Amino acid sequence: MTDAGYVIAGYSIVFGSLTLYVVRMLLRGRSLSKQVPPEDRRWM
Amino acid sequence: MVPEHTGSRATRIVGLLTLIGLVSVLVLGLVVTAPDEIQGDAARLIYVHVPVAIVMNVGFFVTALGSAMWLWKKSRWWDTIAVASAEIGVVFTALALATGMVWGRPTWGVYWTWDARLTSTALLLLLYLGYLVVRRLPSDAEVRNRRSAFVALLAFVDVPIVYYSVSWWRSLHQTATLSINTHIHGLMLFTLMLSMVVFLLAYAWMLTHRFRLAWLEEETESQGLEVAISERRAEAGVS
Amino acid sequence: MFHDAVVIAGKDLRLEWRSRVTTNQIAPFALLVLILFAFALDPDRGILTRATAGLFWVAVLFSGLLALQRTFAVEAADGNRDGLRLSGLDPAGIFLGKAGAIALELLVLEVVLGAGVIVMYGSTFRSWLLLVVTCVVATTGVAAAGSLYGVLAAGLRVRETLLPLLLLPILAPVLLGATRSFEAALAGVPSDGWPWVELLAAFAAIYVTFGVLAFGSLLEES
Repeated sequence: MTDAGYVIAGYSIVFGSLTLYVVRMLLRGRSLSKQVPPEDRRWM
Repeated sequence: MVPEHTGSRATRIVGLLTLIGLVSVLVLGLVVTAPDEIQGDAARLIYVHVPVAIVMNVGFFVTALGSAMWLWKKSRWWDTIAVASAEIGVVFTALALATGMVWGRPTWGVYWTWDARLTSTALLLLLYLGYLVVRRLPSDAEVRNRRSAFVALLAFVDVPIVYYSVSWWRSLHQTATLSINTHIHGLMLFTLMLSMVVFLLAYAWMLTHRFRLAWLEEETESQGLEVAISERRAEAGVS
Repeated sequence: MFHDAVVIAGKDLRLEWRSRVTTNQIAPFALLVLILFAFALDPDRGILTRATAGLFWVAVLFSGLLALQRTFAVEAADGNRDGLRLSGLDPAGIFLGKAGAIALELLVLEVVLGAGVIVMYGSTFRSWLLLVVTCVVATTGVAAAGSLYGVLAAGLRVRETLLPLLLLPILAPVLLGATRSFEAALAGVPSDGWPWVELLAAFAAIYVTFGVLAFGSLLEES
């Protein structure tokens, strides 16, 4: 593949960052969920 | 019975679809599609750069919409949508800049050019960051929501002005802009379209989770406040 | 609304006149910025001359930030904000008054900077009409946007760092348009500059409108 380094860098940055962000978000969601009783979670 | 996380049946389904979609995009984009005649394999970056940029704009729009709706209806739901979308938007803006630079280097020889798109994106990042800074300022919720709503709307109004003025300015100099090769067709076009849909799906999934997280954050904040108040009261001997 | 605006503008301008901060501190600061640019950009290599228009407007923006910080710092002190809120003055009028006063101060600064640029950078300005109109229109936009963010940031301890972060990205198109217009004026080709004045006018119209509509709401917080 020509310019393989750039292509791989580009894709890795996108998928890597998003994965990190999502993981952080979900973990935080879990820890906060434990603290909030179900009645207060009336989203939507 | 209540889940101790921000997921739900809807998010599981959407999440699964998104993952399948992302894998498909990876396979199609990196392997199955052919390299571009002019740009070679660097053109494969289009399958991430363009969708990421689209999500960036959608996120920004949703933040502005949420802000406007909150100012009108004063409902917590809208404010929470605005802030959730803003954070996701920052992430995607940074990614749009990064992929733009990574794509620009092999194809145009430079990491950066002052064309309308890149310049507006850089400013958009700063505007978003300003929004998030204002969000984190310590204050009463109504005040915070109002301040950030105005910041979001003022920024939203400014971005087209920035884009238009920079594109006009650069056109006077006739410098090459980072334009996308318009001769895209067949499987490449399909992959691009698929990727856009998949990334938008991913945005919706992330927005849902981030919304719920933001909701929980506010609940725990006010909980924390109540606990602190009752502790103070206990200390003071008041029941 | 306009009567209230004049009341507020009058108050702010009188305050400035008596304290002389604009003349004694902000104007020298503006000239200092011009001098620093000369140090940074080596007058002998001609960069300074080519960059004059841009440097002028960057100096205007920085000085404008100072002026804005000052006018809203004055408001934050001694519960002036509550006083304003309770005074019964139309908030849209308060906005126009504050923005108007800032605009006038900025115009004075621009005259000073203009003189500075002519003397220190050896610029020759032609197309005076273009110059003046550009200054008026660009300044209106800066003053309007600045007053909006100023009131938003007023009373916050982080005001000094927050205001530039919020305001400068918004003002980027003003810097762009005003600079291009000035370049046209310096080159003696005003027809190149007038389209940029239209952009500046659009910006000013949008932010003045926004201010008239939103200022009251922003003033209400504590």
